[in-house]
Amino acid sequence: MSARLTWRKTVNVVMLSLTGVCTLLAISVLFFILGYLVYHGGKDVNWDFFTKLPTPVGESGGGMANAIVGSGKLLLLAALIGVPIGLLGGVYLSEFGGRTVPFIVRYTADMLNGVPSIVIGIFAYAVAVMPVHHFSTVAGGFALGIMMIPIVLRSTEEFLHGVPRSMREGAMALGASKWRTISSVVLPAASRAIITAILLSLARVAGETAPLLFTAFGNRFWSPGWGQPIASLPVMIYTYAVGPYDDWHRQAWAAGLVLLGLILVINIIVRTILARGVSAQRS
Amino acid sequence: MQRADNTTSSGAEPSPSPVRAYLLSCGSSSLADRAFSALMLVCALSIFAIVLLILVELISGSKLTIQKFGMSFFFGSAWDPVNGNFGALPFIYGTVVSSILALIIAVPLAVGVAIFLTEMCPDWLRGFLAFFTELLAAIPSVVYGLWAIFVLIPLMRQYLNPFLIKTLGWSGIFAGPNYGIGMLAAGVILSIMILPIISSLTREVMSAVPHAQREAVLALGATRWEMIRMGVLRNARIGIVGAIILGLGRALGETMAVTMVIGNNPRISASLLGPGYSIASVLANEFSEATGSLYLSALIELGLVLFLLTFIINGLARLMILVTTQRGSGVAQ
Repeated sequence: MSARLTWRKTVNVVMLSLTGVCTLLAISVLFFILGYLVYHGGKDVNWDFFTKLPTPVGESGGGMANAIVGSGKLLLLAALIGVPIGLLGGVYLSEFGGRTVPFIVRYTADMLNGVPSIVIGIFAYAVAVMPVHHFSTVAGGFALGIMMIPIVLRSTEEFLHGVPRSMREGAMALGASKWRTISSVVLPAASRAIITAILLSLARVAGETAPLLFTAFGNRFWSPGWGQPIASLPVMIYTYAVGPYDDWHRQAWAAGLVLLGLILVINIIVRTILARGVSAQRS
Repeated sequence: MQRADNTTSSGAEPSPSPVRAYLLSCGSSSLADRAFSALMLVCALSIFAIVLLILVELISGSKLTIQKFGMSFFFGSAWDPVNGNFGALPFIYGTVVSSILALIIAVPLAVGVAIFLTEMCPDWLRGFLAFFTELLAAIPSVVYGLWAIFVLIPLMRQYLNPFLIKTLGWSGIFAGPNYGIGMLAAGVILSIMILPIISSLTREVMSAVPHAQREAVLALGATRWEMIRMGVLRNARIGIVGAIILGLGRALGETMAVTMVIGNNPRISASLLGPGYSIASVLANEFSEATGSLYLSALIELGLVLFLLTFIINGLARLMILVTTQRGSGVAQ
């Protein structure tokens, strides 16, 4: 009896400490990756990196100014497509409709969210590249925008559910129509949360490479206008990392650090804003 | 009391509320209401339109190979764009094997993390740890690939692979030349990438298990681990399986990191150390250079396979998670 109890207690301690080890391992992997990025990339993130064009192959130096601007342009287009559709759709799910339609839309949005980004890339290729026979900024922005829709839709809906019912009823009691209630009471109440949701979705698509490979393609020069192939940070990282030159590898690390830094800063800002918002609402 | 109320309210001038005046000045026609809700309905339904359009484009784009090869597309192992001969088996094999490897590594870790965070961790630490594990999900695929090429692969080539060859080489699974890149490397990097997804969803379903269950098992004299095993994991098992399947769906479609480490060689070899190829990586590598309509059609059909596979797997996984969390909250009430 006592032996059995000892055994049970031993199993208890062993398994519980194993879960702790798992957590430690997961977090150390994160810092392992971050540490290497800072270690390798930190040396090459300098003024040139942000202001100069890539140099011709074999020549050292140069930067990724065109890729940084390119990523910005692509994200702008993506936001123009993804934010309005996702936002309005999310409002619909939360404020209108019965039970079945929102349920099915929500479910489909989750499934669309899980579709591999490379498939979205093929879709964008078929819709925006094939008809005009050349890669373009618009096609890349379109691919990223499609990816943003389900993310924005789901998070908008979730945050609108957090707005107390009494606020809606209050507006209705004052005689406001439904859309007036939503646009001047519900949305402003959730505005901070929604802005953070949009930022998070931008952070999510900012690192996407696969859908850009054959839509925005890449470019070693500036890309004026919206109709030409354009460079972006993730695609540059990919090309430079698999390329054969040491100089390219260094720049890839630097670009990785800049990209990840951007994404992590957005993530951390968003979490602190959200945490503060929630505590303010509670108090 | 009531009378006093009445007198005060009737005594005061009935001043129109500024809010109400503002609302009236804005107008509140039912037309605007209807137009607004219609617009939003269109936006919500655009989700279906996108899914349908993707399906239509993929099917119409791959019509050529569907007609020419039929089912033999999935069983042929020759990938020869020059002679117009296309078989998808090596890619399907590579995708499935690398994803299963990823699950084998990631699932125990992820469930361990979830148990630690929901059941063991002190409150003040939980937020930080959960944030850090979820940051793993924020790292872009291409950055994982970069890290894998220059850090993980050399480490594996130098330490892990020789060890595996020495101890398990007899089985044939870990044999052959040690390049570093290959199926195992893809599995390892994928496991890191899907770990946060599995662990955060597992946490979600585990927290949906009502506290009464935990207390009941503890009251019977169970140790803490027995409580977790019988009271929590057993109740949450469907949801946990759902989380795992969702992780599988993510792993199947992961493109950049896999492309950078799997070796990109359409060959089926028993050894996990050998180079392989996955559906997503062949798309990433060859799509923009595909010449000829048959070649393009074969690639689009691979995309169709990937789309259907991940779509069905995600649907199934979401259903399982939904069933568990809803049942859990139902019991709690």
